[in-house]
Amino acid sequence: MNSTSAIDANNLIRFCIRSYIAFVLAPQAPIVDWLHQLDNWTRSSPGFFVGRPVVLDLSTVKLSQAGIRHLLEQLAERSIRIIGLEGTDSSELDTSLPPLLTGGRPSERQATPAAATTKPTAAPDIPDEPSSLLIETPVRSGQTVVFPSGDVTVLGSVASGSEIIAGGSIHVYGTLRGRAMAGSRGNSDARIFCRKNEAELLAINGYYRTAEEWGADIRSQAVQSWLEDGVLKVAPLD
Amino acid sequence: MSKVIVVTSGKGGVGKTTSTAAIGAALAATGQTVAVVDFDVGLRNLDLVMGAERRVVYDLINVVQGVAKLPQALIRDKRIDTLSLLPASQTRDKDALTEEGVARVIKELRAKFDWVICDSPAGIERGATLAMRYADTAIIVTNPEVSSVRDSDRIIGLLDSKTEKAEKGERVEKHILITRYDAARAARGEMLNIKDVLDILSLPLLGIVPESEDVLRASNLGSPVTLNDPASAPARAYRDAASRLKGQDLPMTIPSDRKGFLDKLFGRRAA
Repeated sequence: MNSTSAIDANNLIRFCIRSYIAFVLAPQAPIVDWLHQLDNWTRSSPGFFVGRPVVLDLSTVKLSQAGIRHLLEQLAERSIRIIGLEGTDSSELDTSLPPLLTGGRPSERQATPAAATTKPTAAPDIPDEPSSLLIETPVRSGQTVVFPSGDVTVLGSVASGSEIIAGGSIHVYGTLRGRAMAGSRGNSDARIFCRKNEAELLAINGYYRTAEEWGADIRSQAVQSWLEDGVLKVAPLD
Repeated sequence: MSKVIVVTSGKGGVGKTTSTAAIGAALAATGQTVAVVDFDVGLRNLDLVMGAERRVVYDLINVVQGVAKLPQALIRDKRIDTLSLLPASQTRDKDALTEEGVARVIKELRAKFDWVICDSPAGIERGATLAMRYADTAIIVTNPEVSSVRDSDRIIGLLDSKTEKAEKGERVEKHILITRYDAARAARGEMLNIKDVLDILSLPLLGIVPESEDVLRASNLGSPVTLNDPASAPARAYRDAASRLKGQDLPMTIPSDRKGFLDKLFGRRAA
């Protein structure tokens, strides 16, 4: 979600570049079986792809233009709209097909249904500089805060049944009663700090512990949590 | 300047309808005009608690859909003539409510009454979100018990995002009303205490209504507890809550039934 814009004083057309996160579907041959598997999967998460941008990665299958068109029709019947193609030869595509995309990078953002309730996160102007998100209000039950590009600081409490997902560290100055997941983009150095630990779950870079797995000495206290050789540690701050 | 209040909670059975009736009656008893509106379409109860179930002709859905006019559907209370009820429909469901229809009804009610109190259904679906949609103020009814408190927290999140005020960047004024509070049980640690609840929800307290048989008795008689037994502990608590809504600054006490020395002692200690 980075944007660069350029406005020429003499030119009224505003032109900018933005990048977005999209789901990538990679069909496997034979296509019929793959579609069948897709149907099985979507049965457990109906409407998962509806209204979401999806890119089709054709690098593992060799399809003619007619084949691609047929596959797009099949997906359209399942309410999956393809915004672009990847991993095929541009000479095989005419203008009636979605455009060829290149230069895609994998994203750490998890494709969970919870992402649908995500609060908008601030978009940093410069991607490689450290950035942080400050939340001055309590995070209420059922809310999800996703901030992949840096640290999240919450001045209030984080309620039971809510979650904070940060690419960097998480700091909670109230009571942490929900879930905190730090280092979500593969950052093992991220930490979690809170003034009072009543958390349901703590996770750093995918390593997690639930409240059941820590003792009373960790509960209701100011704690920090960090990762040491693939083990999630939790200890009182004082 | 009329005020639209939603009485909501997330969880069912915590006392939304009882509180709507009791606070509505308490406000009306001060001479101001009050309409209580039942948004629990399909599971209406407010008419029973108000003792008006035999007088329902038209309902909220009829008015929303334009079948009846608002004055035809409003039922004036026989005890207090400044109090009116707009009942819900029992035969329809929440899908019959439309956003435009509700907006129009609330606007009409605003023009007629000093206070419009909307009794929200439980849950976080259509009925509940439409009940809170146009509110200026929310009363979040909570029992001192973990599941109720968490559901209330969820509702507070919705009040901050799904209401018309929130979408305009303004804030719905929010108050916590703790009901079914038992000081003795809280002192023994069998219930959350007031501090725990407020710590989790971090909102101002409107009142503490003690657990009491008077509430059930009043409901069964079809009379808001503030009218049925004005001297009872819950009635006093609701009257105080109504005064605080009007802006009065009263000290927060937990009314008790003065059963005996021990009860009073425990009540004090918990407060």
